Amino acid sequence: MNRRRFLPLLPILTLLAMLGPVAAGLWGTLLPAFGHLPAAGLTGPSLAPFRDLFDWAGLPRAMFLSISTGLLATSISLAIVMLVTAGWSGTKPFRALERLLSPLLSVPHAAAAFGLAFLIAPSGWISRLLSPGVTGWDRPPDLLIVQDTWGLTMTAGLIVKEVPFLLLITLAALGQADAQRSVAISQALGYGRVTGWLKTVFPRVYAQIRPPIYVVLAYSMSVVDVAVILGPNTPPSLSVQIVKWMSDPDLAMRLEAAAGALLQLGLVIGALVFWRFGEYVVARLGARWIASGARGKADGVVAVGALIAGTLCALSVLLGLVVLTIWSFAGFWGFPDAFPDAFTWRNWMRFGPGTLDALGETALIAVTVALAALILTIGCLEAEYRYGLSFSQRAVWLLYLPLLIPQTAFLPGLQTLMLSLGADVGRIPVILAHLVFVLPYVFLSLADPFRAWDTRMGTIAAALRASPNGVLWRVRLPMLLRPILTALAVGLAVSVGQYLATLLIGGGRVATLTTEAVALASGGDRRAIGVYGLMQTGAALVPFALALLIPAVVWRNRKGLRHG
Amino acid sequence: MDKGLALRDVTITKEGAPLLSVNHDIAPGEVLTVMGPSGVGKSTLLAFITGTLAPDFMATGEVWLDGHNITHAASHQRRVGILFQDDLLFPHLSVGANLAFGLQPGGSAAQRKAKIAEALDEVGLSGFADRDPATLSGGQKARVALMRMLLSEPCGLLLDEPFSRLDAALRAQVRDMVFDRAKVRQLPVLMVTHDADDAQAAGGVIVTLGG
Repeated sequence: MNRRRFLPLLPILTLLAMLGPVAAGLWGTLLPAFGHLPAAGLTGPSLAPFRDLFDWAGLPRAMFLSISTGLLATSISLAIVMLVTAGWSGTKPFRALERLLSPLLSVPHAAAAFGLAFLIAPSGWISRLLSPGVTGWDRPPDLLIVQDTWGLTMTAGLIVKEVPFLLLITLAALGQADAQRSVAISQALGYGRVTGWLKTVFPRVYAQIRPPIYVVLAYSMSVVDVAVILGPNTPPSLSVQIVKWMSDPDLAMRLEAAAGALLQLGLVIGALVFWRFGEYVVARLGARWIASGARGKADGVVAVGALIAGTLCALSVLLGLVVLTIWSFAGFWGFPDAFPDAFTWRNWMRFGPGTLDALGETALIAVTVALAALILTIGCLEAEYRYGLSFSQRAVWLLYLPLLIPQTAFLPGLQTLMLSLGADVGRIPVILAHLVFVLPYVFLSLADPFRAWDTRMGTIAAALRASPNGVLWRVRLPMLLRPILTALAVGLAVSVGQYLATLLIGGGRVATLTTEAVALASGGDRRAIGVYGLMQTGAALVPFALALLIPAVVWRNRKGLRHG
Repeated sequence: MDKGLALRDVTITKEGAPLLSVNHDIAPGEVLTVMGPSGVGKSTLLAFITGTLAPDFMATGEVWLDGHNITHAASHQRRVGILFQDDLLFPHLSVGANLAFGLQPGGSAAQRKAKIAEALDEVGLSGFADRDPATLSGGQKARVALMRMLLSEPCGLLLDEPFSRLDAALRAQVRDMVFDRAKVRQLPVLMVTHDADDAQAAGGVIVTLGG
């Protein structure tokens, strides 16, 4: 039927869905940045938007915040993950940490950020637990911890979320790096565990995890939701300021926002180039370190330190979720009591109906986007298999492209462009915008297991006279049920966590759990935030639980698929 | 003369370099054994015949089966059965469902069930229809794989090192079973192997590649 003609088109359609909005958004940024916005009666070209931007007194600090949070969050989380893996991979503590961190991967950034804020704020849980006994405080101290001027808390909020991400990516890369034997050999040569790993395995692993590291860097530099919750206000980071300008009723402010967006793009590109240069320097120094033959004296200390840091990351997110839960059930909770006077359902009665509306919107968007991404991904991979196509290493970078271009660089432009074209903002554009971010993750999640499937199964099935579609539907997809559901869960979690795409492309009219939760940040109603944060986390976590549970139930009598 | 599997001037090249050439007719009920060390492209020949040749290989020549030129037919329309060294039973299907996958469509549910039970009886696995294939022994799996293939009523049979994973005692037993069934059904058989015992047991012409 026409499926045969349709399948080869899917890879192209996928690329379009992923890169089309990015390209359109950049175009929509470029014009207003140079003063051209016919919708507001302005025609360019002019350099006025950039002049306004550079006249803004907060700009140097906003740029600094973007660069410092990006570089710090990326290098610290990378260091923690590498050193923990170097010192502990294959041991019991490592497996425990791995099990602790992997579910945390799906906790939305906003929920993790709220949790962290509720933990470490002057009136947070840690302060309450230690007061007045240890600290002697009977009222919250006047300290600026959350939203500190230097963006350190915001950086910490990013680190606790990026560590699980990088750890999972590293584990996937380790399988192909022949790590165990390299470490065994270097240990036999008298190297410490950490030093041996860094000198032999790290270069191979790093080469493989380089694209996701760049993604972490670009993301950390331009994140908005975490910055709104944990970042400084006066001035905020550049990306937050861009969003503020975008929401100004004065359309002319969009010109300044567009100029800011281009500047943000330039900063990210500059930081990526700087990071690449740093790689050369580290490689040079590393080569010298290897040549020196140093066996590593401080290995034990480094390994313990890394494990503590990794555990702290996991605990921050976990305890953050605990404190969100406590607040969502809290009656009166005065400082410095360690726990509320009473637990009550009242907060849930009060905010529950609102969260259910938001949950419905969130689920509708997430399910549509994740299913679309899954179908496109399976179509691409099946086309690759049937027609013997192979994607080069360069094509893999295309997958990462939408994740490397800062959201604040193209989403404002996309909104402005839609406005100029008279296109309506709302649910369907939001779905298309989410697809840009969901597709790469779904594809990256499913590609390896899909390609690892034993193609002799296909040969056998064809020899038994099953058509190509029959092989796909009756053999390949059922056998890949678990990775397919996992990819779907990844897609759902990514969509649930989207803040900026929902806010800007939805024109403020599409209210998901994430936009509602982040909107609560300025009000500081901890009970409401607790309820919304938990609902948001649940919306992202439940699909993962189902992705584990469903295959276990469906294939309960099929031993051959239990570890597949 | 039409019956059987004919390989007419088949030459396979990899990136321009010739890998192997075969020109041979296999009559119904006969076995052609292609021998050679691993890496000479024995399995590539089978991939060409099943229509699953990887894109970096090029092949010329023709494959005829029972008077039809199947060189360019779709894999699933060639009516060539194949057994690999691994049983490759579908892990998500029960033993019975694996056989039903092979069994040609048609007949009532009861008739199909009866045919499957009969096939299991034939190889001494009565009552195994509802079992999970992963719980079977190596020899049992090999027998199910054989029957699954035969139920699809192939016109020719390809064997890709089919017995090399079985231990010595089972090996002869399964081997005899496969060759017996092929002979009874008058199937032309092409086997590739690096094992001299298997080649001897096949009792047909032996072609040696590479070296």
